[in-house]
Amino acid sequence: MQLLQQMINGITIGAFYSLVALGYTMVYGVLKLINFAHGDMFMWGAYLGLTGLNVAVALLARTSPWAIPPTIIVVMVTVALMGVLVERIAYRPLRTAGRLAPVISALGAAFILESLARNVYGASYKTYPSGVALVGSINLGGARVGVMQIVVLVVSFVLMSALYLFVQRTRIGTAMRAVSLNHDVSRLMGIDVNRIIAIVFLIGPGLGGVAGMIVALYYGSFDFTLGWAFGLKAFIAAIMGGIGNIPGAMLGGMLLGTIETLGSGYVSPQWKDVIAYLILILILIFRPTGILGERVAEKL
Amino acid sequence: MRTLLSRLQRINPLWWQVGLLAVAILLPLPMNDYLRSVLWRTGLYVMLGLSLNIIVGYAGLFQLGHAAFYALGAYTAALLNLYLHVPLLLTLPMSVLVSAIFGYLITRPILHLRGDYLCIVTIAFGEVVRLALVNNIFGITGGANGLSGIERPALFGLVLRQPIYHYYLMLIFLVVSLLAVQRLEHSRLGRAWMYVREDEVAAEAMGIDTTRVKALAFVIGSGWAGLAGALYAGRITVISPDLSKFMESVVMFCIVVLGGTGSIPGVFVGTLGMVTLPELSRPLKAWRDAWLGFAMVAMMILRPEGLWPSRRVQLEIRAEKEEEPLPAPAAGS
Repeated sequence: MQLLQQMINGITIGAFYSLVALGYTMVYGVLKLINFAHGDMFMWGAYLGLTGLNVAVALLARTSPWAIPPTIIVVMVTVALMGVLVERIAYRPLRTAGRLAPVISALGAAFILESLARNVYGASYKTYPSGVALVGSINLGGARVGVMQIVVLVVSFVLMSALYLFVQRTRIGTAMRAVSLNHDVSRLMGIDVNRIIAIVFLIGPGLGGVAGMIVALYYGSFDFTLGWAFGLKAFIAAIMGGIGNIPGAMLGGMLLGTIETLGSGYVSPQWKDVIAYLILILILIFRPTGILGERVAEKL
Repeated sequence: MRTLLSRLQRINPLWWQVGLLAVAILLPLPMNDYLRSVLWRTGLYVMLGLSLNIIVGYAGLFQLGHAAFYALGAYTAALLNLYLHVPLLLTLPMSVLVSAIFGYLITRPILHLRGDYLCIVTIAFGEVVRLALVNNIFGITGGANGLSGIERPALFGLVLRQPIYHYYLMLIFLVVSLLAVQRLEHSRLGRAWMYVREDEVAAEAMGIDTTRVKALAFVIGSGWAGLAGALYAGRITVISPDLSKFMESVVMFCIVVLGGTGSIPGVFVGTLGMVTLPELSRPLKAWRDAWLGFAMVAMMILRPEGLWPSRRVQLEIRAEKEEEPLPAPAAGS
């Protein structure tokens, strides 16, 4: 039964990784850029969620889980706008500048966001107001599943399915896939490439912001290093699934979460991060296109 | 102004170097201990910058985990000193050797990766080294607290305690490093590195063993960072896994890239901007990460070749920019 319990916990953490990995993978798809700032936008989701929940609790005059839904929407919109702003300032001027410059600019944007969070909210651990997160658990064949875990899984699943349908079925989604293949030809076909990239930077960070808030709700406390630690893991998940591939990011997240949880349960919790990094190194050495990556990453 | 500049340029570069060395020797004399420490730290990061410049600047390999080798050098010196009581200055060759060997072992399997993928793998390696040190690997690294009580280096019975002695020790190694790097840059190997950086396929076609050349860049650069780490251990006497923090790697990377990729004066300018300035101004220290980030974004947009670029890189980047807007003619009809 311990195995089942570990699997459930692993998939919950995996769902977080998937949500964040989607942001990396979508941006990589259209810009071939590792958006290092994505992890820090995710962290801003957690901080903005804290502010939002405090405001919502003050408005409701009591702590109840009903403070969560409006806060999530506000956080999603704010972080999405933050993403568009970062793209406009730090990435768009470098669209034609080779590959090194945007990577450095992305790292720079990440440091600005992190330093802002540290100086605005302080370096100490922050906790969400108690009584907001859902408590209680149900018994499932000997394993305990928290209500919060179920909410996390349902919310992630709904968001990811919606995104998948959006990318596969709508006109904008089709345009997105076209842009990820070739900017110039897409432009010739009448696609406004800048607009599509802006939309990608709305959706990716928006999902990341929601993930940040849910992670903070799930764990209860966090600090400004959350973005870096979690962001790198999510990036590993994106690479595992095959970067640029949306179902791959979901699969990679779930796999990484499960492997990490099993590793920390059966090997040693201290080495769980090392396990994740070693997976990354091994994948990049032996199969850089990831599990589902059908598109061969050019010039590897 | 212009005539002054051209007159300055006509002076024999040797005189420039002698003059700068004289300034470097005399500079700390009127200073207090705090400023001397800042000066020492500047020297330390110039050395780290020079070592990373070989990898990132000359060979064009994106190493974002360089701090791992700096930490390995420091830990080698500390362990030899604490367990085997080797005098610190004698540990230096071992530190260089251990860092260089690890530089080879770690980077050998990932040499075929390019650009941002190499970036990510080196980040991961840096973190693995840090976590291994934190988790007290082999039970000798002292865990998250690190190691303390490292002996100070002694030279002919003179124990180096004052910051100024450490500064001069650093200066000696720095002068040696500078001479060596200058020689390397213009050597056969140096030219091969630059060839690989500009066009790897063409380099290979010209008979350059690109794998060997790239591995050598990592080995030499890593070993050098190990030397800096050992000097750090001798000065501070307390070391922790934080030496291998990602932030340290980024600072080194910024020194090279923002100063001017592949340029030795660029490393000095980069260190002044990334290390010395934040050290001296308190508000900049609290906002150092934001300052770093801002400098990175602004430089990439406004001056991607760095503050004091090498001529070659500058020409390369400008040529790239001129090539870019030309649309390729459509094939067929």
